[in-house]
Amino acid sequence: MILVFLDQADGEIKKSSLEAAAYAAGVAKMMNTTAEALILGPTKFNLSTLGNYGITKVHAASSEVLTAFDSQVYTTAIQQAVEKSGAEIIILSNNSSAKAIAPRLSIRLKAGLVMGAVALPDTSNGFIIKKNVFSGKAFAHVKVETTKKIIVLEQNAFHVTKTEGTASIEPFEPTVPASKIKVLSSNKTTGEVLLSEASIVISGGRGLKGPENWHLVTDLASLLGAATACSRPVADVGWRPHKEHVGQTGLAIAPNLYFAIGISGAIQHLAGVNRSKVIVVINKDPEAPFFKAADYGIVGDLFEVMPKIIAAVKKLKDVA
Amino acid sequence: MKILVCISKTPDTTAKIAFDDNNTKFATAGVQWIINPYDEWYALVRAIELKEADPSTVIHLVNVGGSENDAIIRKALALGGDEAIRINKDATDPFDIATQIATVAKAGGYDLIFTGKETIDYNNGSIGGMVAELLDMPYIAHAIKFTLQGTTVTVEREIEGGEETDECQLPLVVSCQQGMAEARIPNMKGIMGARTKPLKVQEPAPVDTYTSISAFELPPAKAGVKLVSADTPEELVRLLHEEARVF
Repeated sequence: MILVFLDQADGEIKKSSLEAAAYAAGVAKMMNTTAEALILGPTKFNLSTLGNYGITKVHAASSEVLTAFDSQVYTTAIQQAVEKSGAEIIILSNNSSAKAIAPRLSIRLKAGLVMGAVALPDTSNGFIIKKNVFSGKAFAHVKVETTKKIIVLEQNAFHVTKTEGTASIEPFEPTVPASKIKVLSSNKTTGEVLLSEASIVISGGRGLKGPENWHLVTDLASLLGAATACSRPVADVGWRPHKEHVGQTGLAIAPNLYFAIGISGAIQHLAGVNRSKVIVVINKDPEAPFFKAADYGIVGDLFEVMPKIIAAVKKLKDVA
Repeated sequence: MKILVCISKTPDTTAKIAFDDNNTKFATAGVQWIINPYDEWYALVRAIELKEADPSTVIHLVNVGGSENDAIIRKALALGGDEAIRINKDATDPFDIATQIATVAKAGGYDLIFTGKETIDYNNGSIGGMVAELLDMPYIAHAIKFTLQGTTVTVEREIEGGEETDECQLPLVVSCQQGMAEARIPNMKGIMGARTKPLKVQEPAPVDTYTSISAFELPPAKAGVKLVSADTPEELVRLLHEEARVF
């Protein structure tokens, strides 16, 4: 049996966790078994609709105690769900919670762990999972040699195909220790598309010359329902917040479309975005290294090009 | 207070990524090695800042690897560690590495253990959580700010779309990323002093194999950029819509 842990934010299941649910169903199908899900804390999500992702049963722990995140508490709860359900393979999505839980769970369950899986397992010779290494510059095929296995799926790496189905819901009451971590405050931007989960990302660099020109980035982003990002120098000078910084030392993302405006594409920047499926580069310098990594590009003055692109997208979306 | 900082050796951020031996080994020819940036810039430097605020603080460094790692360990000592322990084993399985580090951590009785958020080679980010579990300590991942008052720690950590501020008592394991501290370079006094600081070599504890890398693979080469004239940007929009189908 395959068990997927569904991570929540404000009572909603994260998009990346739904990808993990569909992936779990995919693994279950390969291995002729079923995929069940685990959710911790009260939820607003209609759990039976998880059947649309191929989940047959949901273990739902609705205790308020589980609202605050603590990797020790969550690891204990997941361990009990694994014991109760008899799961052999545990799947999580590679987000902030899983990064803290999965390594603990690996020790607790004596289960080999693969962080950042990008494909279904290859079971033709053992159990091998392809994952990202060298900051998106290569893949490794990791053989998991333990009976129990934990796979942490990279975000935006698995395509979700919805099916018909209804998941049954089974209440679950884990016995967890008191948390040693007290959450003092949480500060989140609401209403914006999350950069880590976005399928389209519009990103700006120093070529934009100043924060006053960022409407060229944000206008296109809002038309496309995209998240906004920036290069490191832009975050360092404070034109944009650090949480928008993508690159080697910032966030690593893998959207369907990465649209880079006025970014030269230093190798450290590429390390954060080279897993994007389609890369578009707008830069006035034809020698900008980013063009070598791009799928589409325009060599030109972004201040002339971008308004025309925005107008064309408006026309396409019929909002002119 | 005793702090243990876990440091890893990684290829430089600009290193060419290639593989030898039928794609089973990272090709090290011509590669410059560095301290993993997250371990150095954020974990180690924040530990040094804590020592500057309270000079009675002791900083130990731990690394798992062969003698070829001594150069980056000396550099870390030059930045400000007091003593280093290298566990003499070439390991890539995170469970193996975490078990070795936990053995050192148990013996040393540390109040605080810092790691980087991940290494830039294998991108696992699992050592901190594994060590925390092996020591039964709380763990806060992806810290961007860390303050200490007595034995009470306040940590700001990155979550999707924002930050969360947590409070916890020592002992604790924290993985560090950008925001924790500003990168420094070693000064001459540090470099001279590092030569005589203890670098102890310890033999590894026996462990089971949880995972192993069977092969590496490079991503397929890009077909090459399709350039659109700056005079017709609307053509780019058409291509993205009709050909790439990304919106």
